[in-house]
Amino acid sequence: METCTLVSMSILLGVLVRWGVSFNSYSGAGKPPMFGDYEAQRHWQEVTYNLPIQEWYFNTTDNDLNYWGLDYPPLTAFHSLLCAHVAKLINPEWVKLLGSRGYESPAHKLFMRATVLAADLLVYIPAVVLYCCYLTNGSTNKKVGTLLCILLYPGLILIDYGHFQYNGLSLGLTLWGVLGLGLGWDALGSLAFSLALNYKQMELYHALPFFCYLLGKCARQGLTGRGLFSLVKIAVTVLVTFALCWLPFLSDPEQALQVLRRIFPVARGLFEDKVANAWCSLNVLIKIRSILSSDSQFYLSFAVTLLAITPSSLKLLKTPTFWQFKLALVNSSLAFFLFSYQVHEKSILLAALPVCLLLNDLPLVAIYFLQVSTFSMLPLLLKDGLLMPYAVTSLAFLVLSTHLLSALERCTEAQLRLEGYRRLAAWLPAWLPRLDLARIIRRKRWFPPSTLQMPVPGTFPNIRPCQLAVKHRGQ
Amino acid sequence: VAVMAAPVESSGWFPALAIAVSLLKCLFINAYHSTDFEVHRNWLAITHSLPISRWYYENTSEWTLDYPPLFAWFEYGLSQAAVHFDRGMLVVENLNYASPATILFQRLSVVFADLVFIYAVKECCTTVREEKAAKDLLRRPCFVLAVLLLWNFGLFIVDHIHFQYNGFLFGFLLLSVARHLQARHLEGALWFSIVLNLKHINLYVAPAYGIYLLRCFCFTQDNTDGSLRWRSFSPVRLVSLGAVVLSVTAASFGPFVAMGQLPQVLSRLFPFKRGLCHAYWAPNFWALYNVLDKALSMLGVRLGLLDVAGLPKASMTGGLVQEFQHAVLPSVSPPTALLCTLLAMLPALWCVWRRPCGGRGFLRCLVQCALASFMFSWHVHEKAVLLAVLPLSILAVESRRDAGIFLMLATTGHYSLFPLLFTPAEFPIKVLLMLLFTIYSFSALRNLFSGEGSLLHPLEALYLLGLVAVEVLCEVVFPLSPWQQTLPFVPLLVTSVYCALGVSYSFVRLYVSLLTQEVTEKTKRL
Repeated sequence: METCTLVSMSILLGVLVRWGVSFNSYSGAGKPPMFGDYEAQRHWQEVTYNLPIQEWYFNTTDNDLNYWGLDYPPLTAFHSLLCAHVAKLINPEWVKLLGSRGYESPAHKLFMRATVLAADLLVYIPAVVLYCCYLTNGSTNKKVGTLLCILLYPGLILIDYGHFQYNGLSLGLTLWGVLGLGLGWDALGSLAFSLALNYKQMELYHALPFFCYLLGKCARQGLTGRGLFSLVKIAVTVLVTFALCWLPFLSDPEQALQVLRRIFPVARGLFEDKVANAWCSLNVLIKIRSILSSDSQFYLSFAVTLLAITPSSLKLLKTPTFWQFKLALVNSSLAFFLFSYQVHEKSILLAALPVCLLLNDLPLVAIYFLQVSTFSMLPLLLKDGLLMPYAVTSLAFLVLSTHLLSALERCTEAQLRLEGYRRLAAWLPAWLPRLDLARIIRRKRWFPPSTLQMPVPGTFPNIRPCQLAVKHRGQ
Repeated sequence: VAVMAAPVESSGWFPALAIAVSLLKCLFINAYHSTDFEVHRNWLAITHSLPISRWYYENTSEWTLDYPPLFAWFEYGLSQAAVHFDRGMLVVENLNYASPATILFQRLSVVFADLVFIYAVKECCTTVREEKAAKDLLRRPCFVLAVLLLWNFGLFIVDHIHFQYNGFLFGFLLLSVARHLQARHLEGALWFSIVLNLKHINLYVAPAYGIYLLRCFCFTQDNTDGSLRWRSFSPVRLVSLGAVVLSVTAASFGPFVAMGQLPQVLSRLFPFKRGLCHAYWAPNFWALYNVLDKALSMLGVRLGLLDVAGLPKASMTGGLVQEFQHAVLPSVSPPTALLCTLLAMLPALWCVWRRPCGGRGFLRCLVQCALASFMFSWHVHEKAVLLAVLPLSILAVESRRDAGIFLMLATTGHYSLFPLLFTPAEFPIKVLLMLLFTIYSFSALRNLFSGEGSLLHPLEALYLLGLVAVEVLCEVVFPLSPWQQTLPFVPLLVTSVYCALGVSYSFVRLYVSLLTQEVTEKTKRL
């Protein structure tokens, strides 16, 4: 069958599954007084539509920052403004200042879900299609199989179309950045990634690999010739993009500072709720939150994170290949997730995107991580009443990806790219037991079904992301 | 669904397809469901809470039991499981009871009942003839058939959103077809008797079964020129056939005959008080007839030939199910409709009697009978088009001409189901699924018969593209126009009439292909 037929069918199926999930409940449905992320997004539409830009990030009588104050960079605010204009055309009640708090209706839900779908159709899905068609290896069937698997990744679907968020936009823009870099269009790639950074500050998790890859590439081209020219071009692109996004806030330094204060809330503590990262797990044994002061917690997490991401970034600087770049993305986002400050469980999606890009090369490991990442968000999904869509999409992803990518057949040590690990293990003293990592990974394939029966919140899934981070650093 | 170019021997693709579609069905549990949901909940309640003697008399709810007794037994079995979900749904007085547990149970029951359908599709796939074993899995007829049946748009929409148990019923029908194709006629007759006693709409195709079984099963041999050898009549076979059919019917109707309730049961099963057409006209001959009548009456009034006051008051397009009379053309009564149906079926039955051509000839006759009944019967539901579309899929993967007719009938028939899902939230689902199925069916069938010319005539392709225009007109343009208030039935009318053209055309083409096949057979013999 022709590629375009297969691709269009995959897209249709991906959109169908998304819309199917959207029938379910969203975060904070029917739960006054605060409701949830859905109400937060609606509130931002209300605030951005009714108030002047200067008041968006400030605490005023009309804008109570304690009730879902804006805490994302300006591009999110502009996106909310756009949605608010459309909402006003359909039903002004939805964005009435102060009068629309907690507004819930089937029509409004349809509208909000439609905005998420529109963002996905415009940004995320085209990026995935282009990535699979141009930057993956293999036959047409294999490429389309990868496309279908990435589109059906349950974590993103459940959070965006269930819980309710716009991760598809920020991850889509990042993916456009990766696409640009992969195809050699560095300036456009940096433009896309700058936009992603200006949409969600969590994209900083991905920033270092982008920086190191571009710097390394320019250094390769010679820092006193073409390399310098490329570097300057990229720097100008990034600066102009940032300037344009922050333009309304640059007139007054107090404005810019307030925005920064809102998007980087350092007063909130090492972690909140249960999240599958190192600090939360460590807290089970050593009550780290009570031992260290708030400042020392911040510095400790900063130090450990830096330690974790330095090796891959240095390697990337030295050998700026696309494969190294993808691995560095995984490593960096996972390191930030595991060791950073104030991490939310949804941030695993930032690690999941680069892992999706590895589906074609390391199917078994990637599928395993993607399953576990969705599972790690289960407490959040249960709170939103999304158990059935979770079960359905996870099972579907597992069945389809193992079948389409022949994951179980490609498990030799060479295919799992474990040579680096073996070389590392050779350095260890002889009396330490050598773990046959390949055999462990093969046995792990049985884990995903069993994890479905053991909803242990938070701490359990932490171990696997750790292992994955270790594995990639070793290469 | 794209599958990697795995070795031809790998059989994991069928479970993967079945699991994938079942999981997709589970995703729409919270979508819109029609009054049919309440109908089945009511039947669960009736069969669980009341004694058998009251089943066909109970009318607390307007949705009285109007399927044959075997289906009532099926509902009784389901109600035993329903007890563990929510006892509230089994109380007869709880009209429109739809707690989350009830919805979950009923939706899951449809998904599980579809296991019968999945098994039947598997059996049908084994009967498909493959001329040359294609290397690529996507090009194998059995794969294409599996997708066309398992992922059929009409079945998905009607069963898992609108809510019905058609998958379960079609499972038995397709199983009986598969058995006949495998020359296991007695077993095929058994499955057909079961499905006939589950839903009496299958009477539409009973003549095909009757004639074919009589001709090919009871008469064991043919003459050398293919005609009937009267001497080879086997009474044993006739008796065994009768025994199978009668025993199933006895198991189903037995208790009610014993209680003397047969007239009541039959009156429930065949309610002829309902009008010629459903509230939404099925795209059959009578839709065209109604429109012609309306057009002629309006023309007559305009030209002064008719008196406005003399026209019947009852509006056919008022959206109510009632008896009405035609203004200009002769009115149609149930016996007339029955006569038309029988006349429409007769040529196909005659062909199968004279020269059966094996299982495939029977399948062709079955499709003809189903379509003829759809075209001319009394009070047809638009969902009945599936009775013709699904068996035609089997023929479509084997013959180029049938593939062309299938594309025409399936696309038109599926589009005619659009008005069933009229809520805004379900609009993307029906569009996406329709696109998915249509793109796949066109592409896969074209690949199967590549090199043998195109499947559709350009005019046919133009007609099908016109469906997109009709959809845009009816669901996007019309609601925003000023006529939405004054003439709200126009979208339904336009959809119904436009699709009726396509369905009638497919009906005629099927007959032409059947009769020309007859002629070519004759000329070959000469």
